[in-house]
Amino acid sequence: MSESRNTVTRYLSFLAVPLWAGALAFPFTGPWRAFQVVMVILAGVALWGLLKTDAASRIVNAVLYKASGLRASVNSILFRTRSPLFLSVFIALLFVIPFFQNDYYRDVLTLTGMYAVLALGLNIMVGQTGLLNLGYVAFYAIGAYSYAILSTRFGLGFWPGLVVGAATSAFMALLIGLSTLRLRGDYFAIVTLGLGEITRIVLNNSDTVTGGPNGISRIGRPAIGGMVLSTPLDFYYLILVIAIVTVFAMNRLMVSRIGRAWIAIREDEIAAEAMGVNTFRLKLLAFVVASAWAGMTGVFFAAKMAFVSPESFTFFESVMILCMVVLGGMGSIPGIILGAFLLVTLPEVFRDFADYRMLGFGVALVLMMVFRPQGLLGTAKGK
Amino acid sequence: MLTLSDIFVSYGMIAALKGVSVEVRQGEIVALIGANGAGKSTTLMSISGVAGLTTGSIRYNDRVISGMPPHAIVALGISQVPEGRRILSRMTVRENLEMGAFLGDKGKLQQDMDRVFAMFPALADRSRQLGGTLSGGEQQMLAIGRALMSRPKLLLLDEPSLGLAPIIVSRIFKIIEEINSQGTTILLVEQNAKAALRLARRAYVMESGRVVMQGAASELANDPGIKKAYLGE
Repeated sequence: MSESRNTVTRYLSFLAVPLWAGALAFPFTGPWRAFQVVMVILAGVALWGLLKTDAASRIVNAVLYKASGLRASVNSILFRTRSPLFLSVFIALLFVIPFFQNDYYRDVLTLTGMYAVLALGLNIMVGQTGLLNLGYVAFYAIGAYSYAILSTRFGLGFWPGLVVGAATSAFMALLIGLSTLRLRGDYFAIVTLGLGEITRIVLNNSDTVTGGPNGISRIGRPAIGGMVLSTPLDFYYLILVIAIVTVFAMNRLMVSRIGRAWIAIREDEIAAEAMGVNTFRLKLLAFVVASAWAGMTGVFFAAKMAFVSPESFTFFESVMILCMVVLGGMGSIPGIILGAFLLVTLPEVFRDFADYRMLGFGVALVLMMVFRPQGLLGTAKGK
Repeated sequence: MLTLSDIFVSYGMIAALKGVSVEVRQGEIVALIGANGAGKSTTLMSISGVAGLTTGSIRYNDRVISGMPPHAIVALGISQVPEGRRILSRMTVRENLEMGAFLGDKGKLQQDMDRVFAMFPALADRSRQLGGTLSGGEQQMLAIGRALMSRPKLLLLDEPSLGLAPIIVSRIFKIIEEINSQGTTILLVEQNAKAALRLARRAYVMESGRVVMQGAASELANDPGIKKAYLGE
């Protein structure tokens, strides 16, 4: 009796997931697409069931074993990234590559560099210190808007703008951190989540200062000497230089005494406190440094687009940047650059499947959390 | 050296300490014994500044330290070995020790580390190993070594015998005695009352947030009530 009931519940649970997904999809996609969703997920579940049988699991294990060997060799190559020769060849390649590309690819690479810089900044908080920030985009927006406003109204140049944007974001982080960093764990994450939304809504509604939904246009372009940077190639080189500076700065910071203390806070806040680490001040510092980097990237973004509007600073951006950190590997600089590269280029490569992008995204993140919580190349294990 | 006068600590609505007064004199080993939940760990946490007082005061060398943040208290020379060791498990043994010297000056780092390695040769052999891969006893040694890296004048030990085999416990206790003989004052919290009373000069017995008994350790060890409640005789 119980045997047969077990079988029944097993089959029911087998059907539950696809049907549930179908029901969720139905109102948005209509019956035909919903049916397709049910079928695809059903196939997936069936495949999963098949994999759980003995013979299949042996094959999967063999494949995973091979894959882990591959990963080990990739890791050993990346380990060599510390060698100056490898590094200089890699950087030289980055300087040469865009010559063989058209403007579209140059723009994609520029975006990659921009998100890599953002993600490296966020990594200081999330990967290094263990502070979850769900509103990182707010500081990116503050940087972009402070340059946009100062450039269009007061004719501020790009280079001082870079400093001013970073400083404005850092100052905002200081104010917010002072009042909220005493909150622990999840509560701080919720505060940042709210902050991201509030910032966007304020930008959207302060018509006189920010232009509201219309945004600000005709923002000044950067210039070196008398030469104005305006082509995709120019901006590629600009972000490349910013990214290289960022990587070196982050590398120094992460292995410094402060970097160590950040790791100690991430690993065990009470132990860090017992060792004399001023946890509040160091968490504040991580928040301020990360935000300064976001602000600086925001200035670059505003100068490149010559236009900003609140649409560019949605919660989705925060999530994307967070995903780059998590996917690539918290606490690992090459990992985060890889994460940024994958998350910027893959959607471009799979443009034809744009409708399913978020689905793929979600699945990838769930799989990562299950099978490799420390990220593709990360050292820090997820909690 | 350290005086706790009538301190009260509460976690939300629950009062953990209801008027605790403890004194530790220069050069002593003082034990705090009592059952689970008696408030022993909370007492240490309030000395370290992690738990805030509701009322009462803590003085250290004629200076009020209650209300000071934890890192400032560490800087004054009070170092805690927290309960459950709290090793940074994904850092190496060496890195753990370096973290212990976080506030110290860099020139003395190697000297202090050599001193710790001399005291715990097992750690020297494993200095490149990750903290989390050590055995329980080695982790306890690392936790003590890490606390010593800041050159404390007063060492607070929270349950150093927790979860360790009796032979390791006696080794740890011998080391505590040695640390004390080199001039560090020690306040020891222990559930293993027998071992603690043998080691300490004076002791306090805590029960539900209060000190119920105090005196010379040898006298307490012979007290019939203590024998029955804590020594299992």
